[in-house]
Amino acid sequence: MSLITAIFALSLLALIIGLLLGFAQVRFHLEGDPLVEKIDQLLPQTQCGQCGHPGCKPYAEAIAAGEAINLCPPGGETTIQALADLLGREPLPLDAEDTSSSIKRVAYIREDECIGCTKCIQACPVDAILGAAKQMHTVLMDECTGCDLCVEPCPVDCIDMLPVPKDWQWPAPSGPLTPAASRIITTDQITNQEAV
Amino acid sequence: MTEYLLLLISTILVNNFVLVQFLGLCPFMGVSNKLDSALGMSLATTFVLTLSSGLSHLVYHSLLVPLELEYLRTISFIIMIAAVVQFTEMVVHKTSPLLYQVLGIFLPLITTNCAVLGVALLSINREQTFVESILYGLGAGLGFALALVCFAAMRERLALADIPKPFQGAAVAMITAGLMSLAFMGFTGMVQL
Amino acid sequence: MTTTWIKRSFHGGIHPPENKHLSSLAGVKTAALPKEVILPLANSTLQPLVEVGDKVKTGQLIANCSKGFAANLHASISGEITAIEARPFTHPSGLSVPAIVITSDEQDTHFEHSAYPLWRETTDEQLLEVIQQAGLVGLGGAGFPSAIKIQGAKQQDIKTLIINAAECEPYITADDLLIQTQAKELLEGIAILQRLLKPEAILLGIEDNKPEAIIALETALKEHPLAADLEICVLPTRYPSGGEKQLIQLLTGQEVPSGKLPVDIGVLCHNVGTLYALHSAIVLGQPLIQRLVTVTGQAITQPGNYWVRLGTPINQLLKEVGTKTTASRLIIGGPMMGFTLNSNNYPIIKSVNCLLLPTEKELPLPGVEQPCIRCGQCELACPAQLLPQQLYFYSANQAYEQAADQQLFDCIECGACAWVCPSEIPLVQYYRHAKAELRQMQTEAIKAEQAKQRFEARNARLKQEALEKEAKRKARAEATARMAAAKKAAAEKEANQPAASKAKSTNQAATSEAALDNKKLKQLKTAKAAATVAVRKAEKTLGNLEVNPDATPEQIYDQLVMIDKAKEQLAKAEAKLAEAAPLQETTE
Repeated sequence: MSLITAIFALSLLALIIGLLLGFAQVRFHLEGDPLVEKIDQLLPQTQCGQCGHPGCKPYAEAIAAGEAINLCPPGGETTIQALADLLGREPLPLDAEDTSSSIKRVAYIREDECIGCTKCIQACPVDAILGAAKQMHTVLMDECTGCDLCVEPCPVDCIDMLPVPKDWQWPAPSGPLTPAASRIITTDQITNQEAV
Repeated sequence: MTEYLLLLISTILVNNFVLVQFLGLCPFMGVSNKLDSALGMSLATTFVLTLSSGLSHLVYHSLLVPLELEYLRTISFIIMIAAVVQFTEMVVHKTSPLLYQVLGIFLPLITTNCAVLGVALLSINREQTFVESILYGLGAGLGFALALVCFAAMRERLALADIPKPFQGAAVAMITAGLMSLAFMGFTGMVQL
Repeated sequence: MTTTWIKRSFHGGIHPPENKHLSSLAGVKTAALPKEVILPLANSTLQPLVEVGDKVKTGQLIANCSKGFAANLHASISGEITAIEARPFTHPSGLSVPAIVITSDEQDTHFEHSAYPLWRETTDEQLLEVIQQAGLVGLGGAGFPSAIKIQGAKQQDIKTLIINAAECEPYITADDLLIQTQAKELLEGIAILQRLLKPEAILLGIEDNKPEAIIALETALKEHPLAADLEICVLPTRYPSGGEKQLIQLLTGQEVPSGKLPVDIGVLCHNVGTLYALHSAIVLGQPLIQRLVTVTGQAITQPGNYWVRLGTPINQLLKEVGTKTTASRLIIGGPMMGFTLNSNNYPIIKSVNCLLLPTEKELPLPGVEQPCIRCGQCELACPAQLLPQQLYFYSANQAYEQAADQQLFDCIECGACAWVCPSEIPLVQYYRHAKAELRQMQTEAIKAEQAKQRFEARNARLKQEALEKEAKRKARAEATARMAAAKKAAAEKEANQPAASKAKSTNQAATSEAALDNKKLKQLKTAKAAATVAVRKAEKTLGNLEVNPDATPEQIYDQLVMIDKAKEQLAKAEAKLAEAAPLQETTE
């Protein structure tokens, strides 16, 4: 008798809770995914497609769905670390065949050879190439993200990817217990100074 | 009124569930790497604790006791807790998908958090009233939050410090937790409950 | 005239050994005219107005900035422009920038600029114009263009004008000696600025380790109209009381809010050197061509203060001043905030206020950096009330965002924290690196945002174009179909076809026929176009051959034949098209 009561009691409990949860599911239904926006903001926006997705937004959506976070070569280690911090995942090493793309590069059209075919203009994902049919084409350096999608379509192969010269900035100190050659109190060049 | 205040002080400080009674150590260790996720986790756990404590009290006194099925309290409490956690998951997913992603598996694991079941069972043992059981759950949650947030803040600093190789990672975290627990022992005897 | 002794203090600060006696007892001398000056165009907006080979006079304008972001550059000696090329720039990086090199003709003929000794009767605009033209910059070390600073301040309400004579950094005595020798001119400069900004109060802050300067100021002030307005405030000697924010706090008790400028709280600071140059520019008509530089250190034979023409190569100055032992390094600036250069092949520029050549014993090189022991001394010393220990841990572990949260950008890089650190950690270097990384990250974030917007705009544009094309094509197809159907209906009406279904099927046939005819028409048109192009191409090749001297008569003949053939094709295509055209009406 008590067994039946027990089963009845538990079943009733489970039924009530099930109904309540069902209502809650409908009430708290989620549309869209603002997480994708946050992920997309961390990606470098080169729209190069090296991750296997057609642009940074699709890759952000894939990451939100569970894709690996280490497929972006232009983003490099910084992006992987930032994504790992955001999502609480492990920061894996960069998974790409060509790691040299971590240096910032921009496209440069050799104007003597350009035939004005507009193939590169159509290929550029951020409209960084100025030109028109049968007119000279030129790359706007400030807008170019270095994705090198324009190199392939060029029929006369007149586009080079040149490294952008990096501005000088204060170098990082070498860290504790490493003998730095010379360091004054506040500011110094890390290289050894020659006596005057 | 004073009893409620004393109950809260007792559960938050004197008999802190994490540092003195050593319950709920899994999320304490697992989610305390980052302060933001620790805060989110402690809020979720507090929510679950308060709700499940009250609901378990209701279920026990309205359903189990009249039918003389007190021996089913463990399983029915677990059912209540699982339902509340499921509900909490939905709320978190809706309000902060980022937190949902960050907490990951730890959110449904609140179901198996021994502190949650512990609170429900201990409340029954102490024969508390409904209001007292709600406050008991709330106090347990706040104590958990206090311990978790302090621990997470310390772990963030430890992550940047020059720690000797053998101590890095979990080792120094355990030592820190032990020292925190020692500190909370200072509250012993303040409130007899 | 009042001399107040300030009792307020700011948080932290240190007392490094001053060593000012090395240079302050020797008085002021004028350095010999250099044989060659190198004047760097430090800002890319500076445009040279002269060319190689031009002869210039002392004080002549040789480079200006059309956008007004940088201060003008004047020739500091008379002579000939021998080069405008990249030369090493006196900057911690040691990199080269384009510079104007003038070889002296040893005459030092001055260019006549308009002077305003009766500046009290001149308009504000005129004075500002002179300041703008004279190329004045802040001579306290930062080198911000004074014209921009004053003009910006004029638009705000300046209640307090602060004259910075603190000179808190050890070894440097340039401002001290300037006040001692040129007190009257300095007061004139202050009066000019008072006239431009009309502040309610003028406070001059000077440390108490300069008693001669204080006396000189008081004496000069007795007979000067500024006596009623200028208050001399003597500060207890502490580094860095000469820092702008610290000085404001000492003299007014107000703190400049984080991320804001002193003008935002109605205060403006100027160095005494700048004000002396202001006087020279307005009253004497002399632009900024020289400055007082302290040359000091135990490796120097005759340490002291020298009036040096801008652009003087450091090695020449050192040869004149004399070095008696090997200095361990060449420091531009003081021992706290200066930087070292690895050679003396650099010029004196506007922001160089001191050359320090210490011996190894005098300023020994620091030891190896040890791990932080969390003693907390750095926090006690920080004048900006920051947490250097936290900033260190964040910067050293690349957690730059968190460092920025701890107000990293409020750090004035004074070096007090590094001076007290028992572990000899080069704290300021960590902070500078972190600031550079953060600025870099901000630029990249802006660029990424722009790239994203361009990408989305492009996608939107392509989608729009595709939709428009689709719409146009549909519209055209419908129109032609309608046309054809109408034509067929008309034709059938004439032929009297009663059966509706038959009419329908013929209609359908007509529409499809119309579509087919349309297609054929298009093909014929394309054929005609191709033929025209072929003819033109052939004619062009003929033209090329005719101007080509190597072309043989056979080639030209072959080409003519080709042209004839192409023309035939064209005629055929045109005929076919003419045949097909009257059968169809086209909407084009």
